Amino acid sequence: MTTKLFGEPVRRREDARLITGQGRFLDDLGANALAAAFVRSPHAHARIRDVDVSAALDVEGLVAIYTWEDLPGLIAEPLPLLIPHPALTHGRTGHALARDVVRHVGEPVVMVVAADRYVAEDACALIEVDYELLKPVVGVEEAAEAVNLVHADVPGNIGAHLVQEVHSAAGTSAREAIEAAPHTLAFRLDIERSASMPLEGRGVYARWDADDESLRVYSSTQTSTSVRMAVAAKLGLALPKVEVIAPDVGGGFGVKIVHPWPEEILVPWAARLLGREVKWTEDRREHFISSAHERAQVHHVRVGFDDDGRVLGLDVNILHDHGAYTPYGIIVPIITSTQLVGPYKIGAYRVEFTSIYTNTVQVTPYRGAGRPQGVFCMERTMDRIAAHLGRDRTEVRAANFIQPGEFPYDQGMTFQDGRPLIYDSGDYPESLRMLKELIGWDSFPATKAEAAAEGRTIGIGVGCYVEGTGVGPYEGGHVQITSDGRVHVSTGLTSQGQGHETVFAQIAATELGVPIERVSVVTGDTRRFGYAVGTFASRAAVMSGNAIALACRKVRDKALKVAADALEADPRDLEITDGVVHVAGAPSASIPLATVAVLSNPLRYAFDQEAQRATQFAGPSSDDRPPVEDGEEPGMEGRDYYSPIRSTFASGMHAAIVETDPLTAEIKILRYVVVHDCGKLINPMIVEGQIHGGVGQGVGGALYEKMAYDEHGQLLNASFMDFLMPYATEVPRIETAHLETPSPLNPLGVKGAGEAGVIPVSAVVAAAIEDAEGITIDRMPISPSDLYSLRTDTRLRKIQ
Amino acid sequence: MKPPPFDYHRPAGLGEALRSLAEAGAHGKVLAGGQSLIPLLNMRLAAPGHLVDINGLTELGTIAADASGVRVGALARHAVVERSGSARAAQPLLAQALRLVAHPVIRNRGTVVGSLVHADPSAEMPAVLALLGGSVRLASLGGERDVAAADFFVGPLESACLPGELAVSAFFPALPERSGTAFCEVARRHGDYAVAGVAAAVTLDEDFRISAARVVCVSVGPVPVVVDVTGVCGRRPPASVDWDAVARAVQDRIEPEGDIHATADYRRHLTGVLVTKALRGAAHEAAEGGEGPA
Repeated sequence: MTTKLFGEPVRRREDARLITGQGRFLDDLGANALAAAFVRSPHAHARIRDVDVSAALDVEGLVAIYTWEDLPGLIAEPLPLLIPHPALTHGRTGHALARDVVRHVGEPVVMVVAADRYVAEDACALIEVDYELLKPVVGVEEAAEAVNLVHADVPGNIGAHLVQEVHSAAGTSAREAIEAAPHTLAFRLDIERSASMPLEGRGVYARWDADDESLRVYSSTQTSTSVRMAVAAKLGLALPKVEVIAPDVGGGFGVKIVHPWPEEILVPWAARLLGREVKWTEDRREHFISSAHERAQVHHVRVGFDDDGRVLGLDVNILHDHGAYTPYGIIVPIITSTQLVGPYKIGAYRVEFTSIYTNTVQVTPYRGAGRPQGVFCMERTMDRIAAHLGRDRTEVRAANFIQPGEFPYDQGMTFQDGRPLIYDSGDYPESLRMLKELIGWDSFPATKAEAAAEGRTIGIGVGCYVEGTGVGPYEGGHVQITSDGRVHVSTGLTSQGQGHETVFAQIAATELGVPIERVSVVTGDTRRFGYAVGTFASRAAVMSGNAIALACRKVRDKALKVAADALEADPRDLEITDGVVHVAGAPSASIPLATVAVLSNPLRYAFDQEAQRATQFAGPSSDDRPPVEDGEEPGMEGRDYYSPIRSTFASGMHAAIVETDPLTAEIKILRYVVVHDCGKLINPMIVEGQIHGGVGQGVGGALYEKMAYDEHGQLLNASFMDFLMPYATEVPRIETAHLETPSPLNPLGVKGAGEAGVIPVSAVVAAAIEDAEGITIDRMPISPSDLYSLRTDTRLRKIQ
Repeated sequence: MKPPPFDYHRPAGLGEALRSLAEAGAHGKVLAGGQSLIPLLNMRLAAPGHLVDINGLTELGTIAADASGVRVGALARHAVVERSGSARAAQPLLAQALRLVAHPVIRNRGTVVGSLVHADPSAEMPAVLALLGGSVRLASLGGERDVAAADFFVGPLESACLPGELAVSAFFPALPERSGTAFCEVARRHGDYAVAGVAAAVTLDEDFRISAARVVCVSVGPVPVVVDVTGVCGRRPPASVDWDAVARAVQDRIEPEGDIHATADYRRHLTGVLVTKALRGAAHEAAEGGEGPA
């Protein structure tokens, strides 16, 4: 087939638009809209005694000021708890505007609508909120002591507590297995906070059409369909009267899957109330203190293992800092708990997490979504086992691998989609072999010795992960071939720069046999596709990719049927090449898809020359059959859905060589190598781009990023000057290799690739630094100052 | 992140600028490159009633270099000074330091004199002026005055420039024959403010022994900390100096503080490392320039 594009490194069709300033991001829209701005809490924990707006009323250009007391009906109720779970016994969410108590710096208290953002912020500055200060609860261990409470009705600050236990094949519990093991280790690990930090913050722009009594909302979201349902419900509008569109979105990384944000309710509400367009664009400080963070956990690990390093029992106790609220349920600690075991057969496993409230920004998934913490735990454990036994670190891992013949492999737990944690496919020994070869694992000791002779300190580290991707419940695709021969593809989930316009077009072009130039793709627009879940959990290619492929197959079948009638041929003898249906082996017996599309829609009225062919007197027809047969629809279009029985499990292994400066303690990544298996590759270039971006964020989490809260709950580094996202200059060149283990679970054989790059980076870099320095690394990120302190402490311990 | 209201002035000449500043008094603020001021305004950390934009005063964009040193006008951008051959010839430390100032796009807009007036103790240009013993020329309706670097940097983000005054230029003196300079720093990311940084100037005598050696340290005190280490170096060739002792002498003079990026201990340690590195680099350059032994 000349039009096979699946698997090719097709250049991203969206890039010309996005890199020449032609993108239409939220703030590019609604130039004449009123602007909203918010008075946000300057305190981590306080009771609102009074809000005095009088000084702001004289500001020229002020339109409206709203507090919680102004909010009607459901809008005044707490925001939804999106993913309830039986273990989340004390789930709590905030209000669109704070009611009585504020629980973190940045919580919205007052909304101002004004002629423009300048005026709105001027008015905000003049509004006086009288707060009674309450004791802030900061730090997950401090919060667990529950001296003070974040929510007065949540004892112990405990939102959720969950134990998952998988006994060994012999029925032994993890704790029994550890007691009986020849070797045991116990240690603690710490992971700091970070955040999605898309370069485009959140934003909402709403237009109320009073004549039509309908609402159009643009939101920089990862789920326009669900925002639509939430807005319709909160505002009491009929669903068909609300449409939500995600325009170009400048990154999401998880934070924009949370919804409805306060602003997503308040801005449409104000637009309707005022009969004016209203827009709010988040600024960077707001994003730091009013959106969401992730990552922070403390792990207490106990492990028992045999002489070969096989893990006989693993017992992990996780304290998870959930911030002030739990709108996204306990997805993050569930993923940490379940994905922690990675590519390994753990003899018996017990994992317990306690989700703790603190007076800090809420915690919801950020790319990797709990996995970086779990992988840090498992991989640090593997390295400790290797060190204890004096064995090669890769040998210990290999001794624990699930083998290629053991799939599907049931880990015996319940995954984040509520389904069994059963790995569909993979080849971990081969991944490791490829990785070791790429990085030169076996020759590294010689390299290290050479460097040491030059006075340089280098080290190598490795990390493995398995990532459940493509979680359900479903996505859909709609495909229409119009009478001009163009193919219009739409799917409900949204895009934040991943390259969906390209990969979905590749799938459609391949399935339909049309040139990719004729295919256009629309995502995240509820006018085009109303049913969707959203873009998260590395699921777009798996879910919408397969749905679009299935929808294309429906359209193809119909096209062949219509063409067969026209060509007086058997549909089974037909092929589609370059947008033309023809009899296999007889190219002259052909009909363009454009004509097929015309014929598929029986017409009374000819709107152009071509359409005359489909009108009622145009040709022979069967008098005893209706123009549109039973079970058929007019037009060349198809819609289908893909709903998997469970997730697919991608995997990968990373290795790095780092150099640490003996004097300045600076840490430099010399090489970074990735072996990656996401099943069949739709577009290898885009997959590599995803890996590069993920590793970049991983480097941030490993060496640079933290949320520096002080004891008062003030975020000290709420700007890009002090929150150190790595630049291109800090991200090493990334060497990648692909292994393709197709998923048996879906028609395309694909697995997700979006989050993979970020997952093991902290574990890998920690291992490499540990190897270079000979100092145990048990917390990330690590800065030169931290490394210097570790060196000093180690020297002092040796002297003592 | 929008600034509070202010009156905007864009004078066409120096006299008009000084009148605007005089009228604004303590409520006035000068806008040159805006690389620090605009973020401060947008975060509402600064709220001047009057912004006097001097970007129309092209006569302040000059760079004049001769054997005595380099005079840099108030509108000379970092990037222009960095690339100026005559400035580099007269005082190489300027270019050595400027390549460490943030990123090219910031250097394209930011000005050397603006950085001096902003007086950030982590910034490179105040350190360079302090090390070289340069001065800043301040103009007001009442006339002009030159303030020596030692008196100009008063505290963190605080200079001797008074309300109604405009810093019109700064003078970076040249160094004697057989002198060399170096600027070494460690930043968390490429282009960030330094966690610690040291600039050094070394002059050798005719026998290539150290006759003068000074360092300036950034990010370890309220203002750039200049330490004359000529005595500790002794009148010895660089190869036989006890650099550890020199580093300790400097470490004793600084007062680093810990923050979210680094502990005070690390800053002190790092400053010591950088003192040695910068002084050796400067001594090497001095010897190279004098075609003597490295």
